[in-house]
Amino acid sequence: MLELEAVRKSFGAIEALKGIDLLVARQELVFIIGPSGSGKSTLLRCCNRLEEPTAGRVLVDGVDIVSPDVDINEMRRHIGMVFQSFNLYPHLSALGNVTLALRRVLKMPRDEANERGRAALDGVGLAERADAYPNELSGGQQQRVAIARALALEPKVMLFDEPTSALDPELVGSVLDVMRTMRESGMTMLVVSHEMGFAREAADRVLFMDEGEVVEAGSPARIFESPEHARTREFLRRVTGH
Amino acid sequence: MNRIAENFFDLEVMAKYLPSILDGVLVTIQLAILIVLSGLALGFVLAVVRAFQIRAVNWLIVLVVDAFRALPPIVIMIVFYFALPFVGISMSGFVVAWLSLTLVLASFAEEIFWTGILSVDRGQWEAARSTGLGFLQTLRDVVLPQAVRLTIPPLTNRTIVITKSTAIASVVAVPEILTQASAAQAFSANTTPLMMAAVAYLVIFLPLVVLSRWVESRFGWKR
Repeated sequence: MLELEAVRKSFGAIEALKGIDLLVARQELVFIIGPSGSGKSTLLRCCNRLEEPTAGRVLVDGVDIVSPDVDINEMRRHIGMVFQSFNLYPHLSALGNVTLALRRVLKMPRDEANERGRAALDGVGLAERADAYPNELSGGQQQRVAIARALALEPKVMLFDEPTSALDPELVGSVLDVMRTMRESGMTMLVVSHEMGFAREAADRVLFMDEGEVVEAGSPARIFESPEHARTREFLRRVTGH
Repeated sequence: MNRIAENFFDLEVMAKYLPSILDGVLVTIQLAILIVLSGLALGFVLAVVRAFQIRAVNWLIVLVVDAFRALPPIVIMIVFYFALPFVGISMSGFVVAWLSLTLVLASFAEEIFWTGILSVDRGQWEAARSTGLGFLQTLRDVVLPQAVRLTIPPLTNRTIVITKSTAIASVVAVPEILTQASAAQAFSANTTPLMMAAVAYLVIFLPLVVLSRWVESRFGWKR
């Protein structure tokens, strides 16, 4: 579903991604962990070309989105993205946030967009907050609206960039619940996160990245119980605190 | 006390020159409305053009905008009115006043709108683009509505400052309030008409100041 071939990204002299190969199969949930500055967010942002890869190919459902003759706006609606800082539009209600792309990109009439938007909000448990503005919502609710905004477009794959890092601890659960439901419904997901518990429980595969490379990859049990590389062990010791 | 009454509130003078001051009021209002409309519209368009980040175009915008922000409006008007005819461009005083202040307001407005566009978080662009919205759609539906809200307080202030400098148009013989009042003062050898002009400016611009307060609170963020 999502395939990266030798993806490189440089910022000036700094090489953030040193040739990444990755295959995320349909309905698979792949988790990326690693220290900050390891390139995991950059990798995620290359998957919808918020960052332009310096080299390599990114295929979404067989289409190379890096190719110059691809309609990137058309491709992006198949690739949902959820951001660490939610990035809800503050001047629009929750429903307005969810329906903007439905109306502008899918050219849906207002009624139809609202119907689908309400269904998407219902899916994240926020049907009754459709008319609330972002600043009237808690962080967890805002992030769920952001998820609904992406899901309403019925994407083929969802990218999560540290979706719970900006949340108070007691609000993390509500967002993870939504992600768990998405996983059960068969969404293909690529997740950058520090929620190790969630990775252990929900991920099909875990990738450990460091210094722009995938150091190792495997099932959650393998990565967490018996990491092969010293760098992985070191990282896991630091984040789990023992 | 009597001296003050005679010189500033002479009823006979007031009655005599009220019609011409009112004519001036009409001209000032027309001029002000035209300047606000065209100045804000042009400033907005320039800021949007600048958002496309075409280097040569942006250099040009910055150059022109900085020049019009640096030049005193009175100098611009005098140049347009007295110097341009020598190169074959002749405009009436009204057109010169309108054009000069439009360019000045547009220049300030462009900078204010541009600052507003820049202050919208990058994440807003990214979120919108990630859902498939194009550059223009993002600008129109996501960035500009936020940018315009941020710009309303500085914009209303600047608009008031520039529209009230329509008084400068008296140097290019536009029959606005101050021109009419100065003429009346000369004819009557009495300063009452200047008092009337001051009152007329208050009557026109005080509501504008009040309106701007209302606009500022109306478009503030719901907190």
